[in-house]
Amino acid sequence: MSDDVYIIGVDMLKFGRFPDRTVPQLGAQAALMALDDAGLEIHAMEALYCGNLYQANAMVGQRILQEIGQTGIPVVNCANACATGATAFREAWMAVKAGACDLALAVGVEQMGKGLLGGGGAGTGIPKEGLFGGSTMPTVFAEAGMEHAHRYGTTFEQFAKVSVKNHHHSTLNPKAAYQMETPLEMVMNAEMISYPNTKLMCSVNVDGAAAAVLASGKKVRELGLGKRAVKVRASALTSDPWQARDLVMPDVNSCTRLAAEKAFNMAGIGAEDLDLVELHDCFATAELLHYENLGLCADGEAGRLIDEGETALGGRIPVNVSGGLLSKGHPLGATGIANIYEVSTHLRGEAGRRQVIDARLGLTHVIGLGSACAIHILEKSDL
Amino acid sequence: MSTATQLLPAAPCLRIPDGEPPFLEGQCCGACGSLYLTSRMACSRCGKRDDFHAQRLASEGTLYSYAIVHRSFPGVETPFISAIVDLADGAVLKGNLRGIPADPNQIRLGMAVKVVIDDALGRRDKEGNAYLAYFFEPLEESAA
Ligand SMILES: [Zn+2]
Repeated sequence: MSDDVYIIGVDMLKFGRFPDRTVPQLGAQAALMALDDAGLEIHAMEALYCGNLYQANAMVGQRILQEIGQTGIPVVNCANACATGATAFREAWMAVKAGACDLALAVGVEQMGKGLLGGGGAGTGIPKEGLFGGSTMPTVFAEAGMEHAHRYGTTFEQFAKVSVKNHHHSTLNPKAAYQMETPLEMVMNAEMISYPNTKLMCSVNVDGAAAAVLASGKKVRELGLGKRAVKVRASALTSDPWQARDLVMPDVNSCTRLAAEKAFNMAGIGAEDLDLVELHDCFATAELLHYENLGLCADGEAGRLIDEGETALGGRIPVNVSGGLLSKGHPLGATGIANIYEVSTHLRGEAGRRQVIDARLGLTHVIGLGSACAIHILEKSDL
Repeated sequence: MSTATQLLPAAPCLRIPDGEPPFLEGQCCGACGSLYLTSRMACSRCGKRDDFHAQRLASEGTLYSYAIVHRSFPGVETPFISAIVDLADGAVLKGNLRGIPADPNQIRLGMAVKVVIDDALGRRDKEGNAYLAYFFEPLEESAA
């Protein structure tokens, strides 16, 4: 049986705008922070997996090493939409799991443009936006939310409550881009972008970077780093299986359900065993869908879950105590590792005012449209 | 006019036959019956290769989901209703829902709609060609 894999160093930049920094500089800074967290130098790393979306052809990983130490190790640059960072982390996990190395570094980094994501692709002929419906991300996720409303009667107010909760959580997280309370009326009366998503129900468009050092169990014991190590109990990556509405609706549900099933099987646990979840709340509508996709409640009960505060800090299963993509921010390639940083911090008991008490098991989830879903289940150190 | 312009389909599933009304056509998998709006090498669902036949799509369906788009890319007129419609034959289309206010209190999920083929909002390509597009409109419900 192969050795277990642990996270021994993990950190993230406080998300924000860094117009005077380059993508490799941001990635390098996060990499150094994660190395410092582990108490290791770059020369100890045996491989680097770098996730970045917008400069996918620019060898960002190698340029990070130019900033912090060119040691000749294998570098893989990967892009997988909003699952990019988690995919880089998973590649590092696979390398250690396979026994190909004992120490690997994963970095996720992004510098964002301004304005609406999505659409584009005018191609030949005439522009299609507003002709065959809308293709912006707020629209795509509004439609995904209204599908839930069609099935279960979910309301605008219930979707809006997700934003109230996650913005509240971010007031406890110094690394969130925004720390601002947004009462329900403020969320619902904010500028409508694509009904039912108002501006405060869309994720924050910021730059950022996060990084993690992964190690084999053997190496963790050798280095004496067991106390703060976080065990990777499961790693799952899926693409979107066929669905009848694929032709017109990017599918965020079935690939999440498939990944959750694989991850829970691998970990040998169920959703009821989780103490906290960081999930892909790119829009407020999305969070409610994923309560059900991840099995945090039965189908059709997501509205009740948010109404009853079960997913708020202090509730039965806190979701996005970091503030989530809605308030911590969503630098695409960094998001997947930032989620892992958040859950790891709770499992180490180092989350300060937002600490989920006695957290032992946590789950991270990201989804990239097109689609790619990555789920990791993390556990408090057993070493 | 120095060059002759023509009327072109704005979507690959739109057919404009000579002297006949335009219509929508999908590609149906001969093995499992799945419907696609564009041709592909093999069926995404069952993997069967090279076994598609053209099938005229239904002209009525029901509203499955929607968004009301208030902010879009520069130059795009808002608000508009971006609608997902389940056609009666199992195909699924996305397009603008018109003929009803862009107001969530007026739009009913599951409502019956019809497919209407019409000018593509006056949009022209670089050569000046006009285009046809499809839209959805509420279907008049017969008096009970
Ligand atoms: Zn088929």
